[in-house]
Amino acid sequence: MNKIPSALNLGIRRGGLEIRQFARQRESVVFTLLFPVILLAIFGSVFKDTIAPGVTFSQYFVAGMIASGLVNTGFQSLAITIPMERDVGGLKRLRGTPMPASSYFIGKAILIAVSMIIQFALLFGFGLLFFGVEMPTELSKWLTFTWLVLLGSACSTALGIAFSIVPKSGRGASAVVSPIVIILQFFSGVFFVFTQLPTWMQQLAAIFPLKWLTQGMRSVFLPDSFAAQEVAKSWETERTFFILVLWLVIGVFFSVRKFKWDRD
Amino acid sequence: MNVIEVKGLKKSYGQVHAVRGVDLSIPAGEIFALLGPNGAGKTTTVEILEGFRSRDAGEISILGFDPQTTGHAARQWRNRIGIVLQSAADAGDLTVIETVKHFSEYYSNPRNVDEVMAAVGLEEKSGALIRNLSGGQRRRLDVALGIIGSPELLFLDEPTTGFDPEARRAFWALIEKLRGTGTTILLTTHYLDEAEALADRVAVINNGLIIEVSTPSELGGRATSQAVVSWRDGSQVKTEATDNPTAVVARLSTHFGGEIPELAVIRPSLEDIYLKMIGGVHE
Repeated sequence: MNKIPSALNLGIRRGGLEIRQFARQRESVVFTLLFPVILLAIFGSVFKDTIAPGVTFSQYFVAGMIASGLVNTGFQSLAITIPMERDVGGLKRLRGTPMPASSYFIGKAILIAVSMIIQFALLFGFGLLFFGVEMPTELSKWLTFTWLVLLGSACSTALGIAFSIVPKSGRGASAVVSPIVIILQFFSGVFFVFTQLPTWMQQLAAIFPLKWLTQGMRSVFLPDSFAAQEVAKSWETERTFFILVLWLVIGVFFSVRKFKWDRD
Repeated sequence: MNVIEVKGLKKSYGQVHAVRGVDLSIPAGEIFALLGPNGAGKTTTVEILEGFRSRDAGEISILGFDPQTTGHAARQWRNRIGIVLQSAADAGDLTVIETVKHFSEYYSNPRNVDEVMAAVGLEEKSGALIRNLSGGQRRRLDVALGIIGSPELLFLDEPTTGFDPEARRAFWALIEKLRGTGTTILLTTHYLDEAEALADRVAVINNGLIIEVSTPSELGGRATSQAVVSWRDGSQVKTEATDNPTAVVARLSTHFGGEIPELAVIRPSLEDIYLKMIGGVHE
């Protein structure tokens, strides 16, 4: 008797399948991947001011867009699509096979990672060409960017899977999830300069990961001199790391313990 | 050892006692049909056996495993069973062959993908997107995914609901093929003729209890129940219920001097017996 394939092996195969399925939904592919670019185009055209010496709003906004790209692509898309898969019986069918839950989660994480890489490439490309966005030149900033993306997308994926428990049906999922994401974006300094928001809004946002991701991305895309204009007068890199890890642990815990394969 | 062994299975939802003490023993290679009206506890029982639901009481052994087992043991168990659920409409953007191939990767000893495609009659739809399949084709894909892992035990939940008569016959032939490979099958169905055509034994469940387990031809005393002889006498259709239909036919043949007009000997169908059984319980 042959051995049952490992969870990682199956997870990678599921990742391939997830990407293939996603790529065939053409409207959704174009919209999802270009969404950050579209927002950058709108906001970049409306707000042409500089918010600090050498810092354009577009530059500030790119940091916010990358952070919310992580949240949209991971948390929002999974918390909406998983209940839809559950509704049509796809998850229950998978539950009845020897494929373990971890493989399903790994497959989702791969899909999110690939979709994120494409989104960022498009955002950087359009940002550079049309909106005068400047890319960081120091290696240390790219290292920060890399761990932020890795940790941020893991966190966002885990929380999306965990939150998929909440919507009762696939049809209602979008109505539950989208407002949360949009409100978080406003509160977390994606669309506006964070320090200009009311204090209570800032404090509320500081509970959730998006604020920290956004601030982290500012530390990558904005000059270090801008750190003095943050709430804590610094980038708070260590705190960002620990808060994201904490949310990752929360997300993984609920995904593993509470994931729902069936409607009832 | 029996493939399925259930003793004293109970399950309640709040105040509703869905399953009130079910016992089942199903040996290897048998096709066993579970019949019962909606709300009888049929689906709850099967879903507990499939590991989808927890139970309140009772002992269960499916291929030597408890369906509530977790971790690696659960994977080993699922590696040996196949489940065809009632309705799944997932993976619409994948082709038939991609999906079957992908599911074959989950198992340690999968069947040959092309053979399975041929067995369910989907070779010609191999490259079609799943969302473009007809209801019957979709159902055959469900079965393909259920048997791809060469399961020793297959759960079939109302497999032919929505099929046209021709598709049902083709499906029955497919199940007969599986019987030939020694697969044990637990079938639930609303169609009594389906149970009769496929099952070695049937169990009737009602109000959370198994009323009877028997072969389809003997269920509810069917084999020994009275037959009805009917014929035409002038302008009238006459009937006679009897334990000895042959004697009645011989008598009539003498009476008519040979051919009996519109002769029919009718034994109660499985459906008649079944309806009487589940009706009787409510009385």
